[in-house]
Amino acid sequence: MIDWRDDARRVAQGIRRRVLEHTINSNGGYLSQACSSAETLAVLYTKVMRLGPSIAPPVPPPFPGAPSKTNPRYTGAGYNGARAPELDRFFLSAVHYALALYAALIETGRMSPDGLAQFNKDGSTVEMIGAEHSPGLEVTGGSLAQTISQAGGVALARRLRRESGRNWVFMSDGEFQSGQTWEAVQALCFYRLDNVCVYVDVNGQQCDGAMEEVMKIEPLQSRLESFSARVCSVNGHDLDALAAPAELAPDGRPLFILAYTDPCAGMPILDPRRPKPNYLRFKDAGERDQFADYLKTMDG
Amino acid sequence: MPLLSRVHARNLVQWAKDKPEVIVLSADLTSSTEADLFRDTYPDRFFSMGMAEQNMMSFAGGLAREGFVPCVHTFAVFIYRRAYDQICDSIAYPNLRVRLFGFLPGVTTPGGATHQAIEDIAVLRALPNMTIVEVGDATDVETALDAIHAADGPVYVRMLRGEIPRLFPADEPLRLGRARVLSTGSDLALFSAGICTEEAMRATSILRARGLSIQHMHISTLKPFNDPAVMDAASRARYGVITMENHTIVGGLGTAVAERMAEAGVGKRLVRMGLNDTFIHGASRPYLMREYDLDALALVRQIEKLTGASLNITEDDLAAVRLDAAHSEAKAEAL
Repeated sequence: MIDWRDDARRVAQGIRRRVLEHTINSNGGYLSQACSSAETLAVLYTKVMRLGPSIAPPVPPPFPGAPSKTNPRYTGAGYNGARAPELDRFFLSAVHYALALYAALIETGRMSPDGLAQFNKDGSTVEMIGAEHSPGLEVTGGSLAQTISQAGGVALARRLRRESGRNWVFMSDGEFQSGQTWEAVQALCFYRLDNVCVYVDVNGQQCDGAMEEVMKIEPLQSRLESFSARVCSVNGHDLDALAAPAELAPDGRPLFILAYTDPCAGMPILDPRRPKPNYLRFKDAGERDQFADYLKTMDG
Repeated sequence: MPLLSRVHARNLVQWAKDKPEVIVLSADLTSSTEADLFRDTYPDRFFSMGMAEQNMMSFAGGLAREGFVPCVHTFAVFIYRRAYDQICDSIAYPNLRVRLFGFLPGVTTPGGATHQAIEDIAVLRALPNMTIVEVGDATDVETALDAIHAADGPVYVRMLRGEIPRLFPADEPLRLGRARVLSTGSDLALFSAGICTEEAMRATSILRARGLSIQHMHISTLKPFNDPAVMDAASRARYGVITMENHTIVGGLGTAVAERMAEAGVGKRLVRMGLNDTFIHGASRPYLMREYDLDALALVRQIEKLTGASLNITEDDLAAVRLDAAHSEAKAEAL
């Protein structure tokens, strides 16, 4: 029997490799997000979430138009399997991690590798900042901090229907600067929505640089606990540590797993970019070649 | 004219009786938005969200995605000013069936600029997928819920509370996208919305007695705004068109009428009565309606300007035809 850890390692490495490849090909990209989140997404998809097989087309369909009175809503949730009361749901809040999610879907056989060729192409659903029509997404959260509230509404509805499935949210630490996040935590705790479980990629980075410099959010664990949330702080690159909190029996409190991560993890070539690895733009062709050479070593 | 009290409170309970998918969210203004009777009758379908409107809107979106019909109750200003981003992304973009009940439109509250919704229609009219309804009497309040229930996507209802007159027959329900014809005529087309309709009706009876033929229509659907009867009336109006709204003249009823008239090539004069691109302040409704030219006397003066005729109508004349004496007895509305 294959150890899930082997599978998770393969998926995590695949996320980094695909995002690096894409960053080189498109002369820029959200590479550090893939590095910090690779293990979290890999553990979610290979170990933690109870999902059915994808029911969506392997190659994502073109953008069907914005929802309206004459155009029914379409979401990319089918890549996470059919809806069922006992199955889990996934909500990517930090939608600038979309590329990492698409890579995770490919590595777990939920989307065709050809799907990534449509990334950021006109008329495609495989958008750079994913929205609900994008593969693996089911709400529109690009303004950030709205997804945890939307997932809360879904979770409340599912509890009213007595569904046993859990609702997993992937957030970035920057979202904890936003008032709506704390409004959501307050409501999740008040209504004891322990069917909401949130992985937070605490990589300490945001657009303007290190969060310590932009707007501090620490101590995040005690802040969340003071709202009555259940919080586990883990090494976000340790597969067992990431997976363990999901085994805890629900106790009425929403669960937050703070995955402390390194935005350059598994990608030492990013190190010189510290402390601002947020969005990678190559300085010149030479730097791009360096990353291309590094990709070859990954393919090894 | 009868004056009814807590119409929405009773109606919501009755209406939701056989609709288990209908739930109510409130942001600490449950009694103030007449959602208290629903809370007490269906406690399992009522969710107190606290003073946290942004989270409440996105929660409503999540609930609607799962097939519930969340009815959000709070003051109008806290809907569109505090949580516009959330209404846009969590509700309007996905075209979800969330119903937003916004109370205290314009001059109906002495709560001051922070509580007076004066540009809600303008803001929400610009939002794709949004349907907008404004009620003007007890019959509108009682029948708006049925009228909007079938509507796909989000609906904003500019709501009234407390003591409300019944201006329209109880058996003539509000119809989405259809104006009510209150009088027919061809000298003037008068389009009024919300509480302005009551005020306009005070003037029109005496104006008719002075020989003016007025096509008075009560507008309850601000978006979509496509009732062909409205443009028919505008094109037939000899002297021109008057709109009257408890809202800034920028982006509301007057603007919607102007847009349609221009598109249809209706070359008539248009007078937009409403708040003239100004904030207002905390004071009583009659005071504000007089101060900002939103009352029956202001309408008479505008008609005199438009027709060039001196109608010789005084405040006393209008007082004599007041539709309800009870209003003057009613105490100023509290928060």
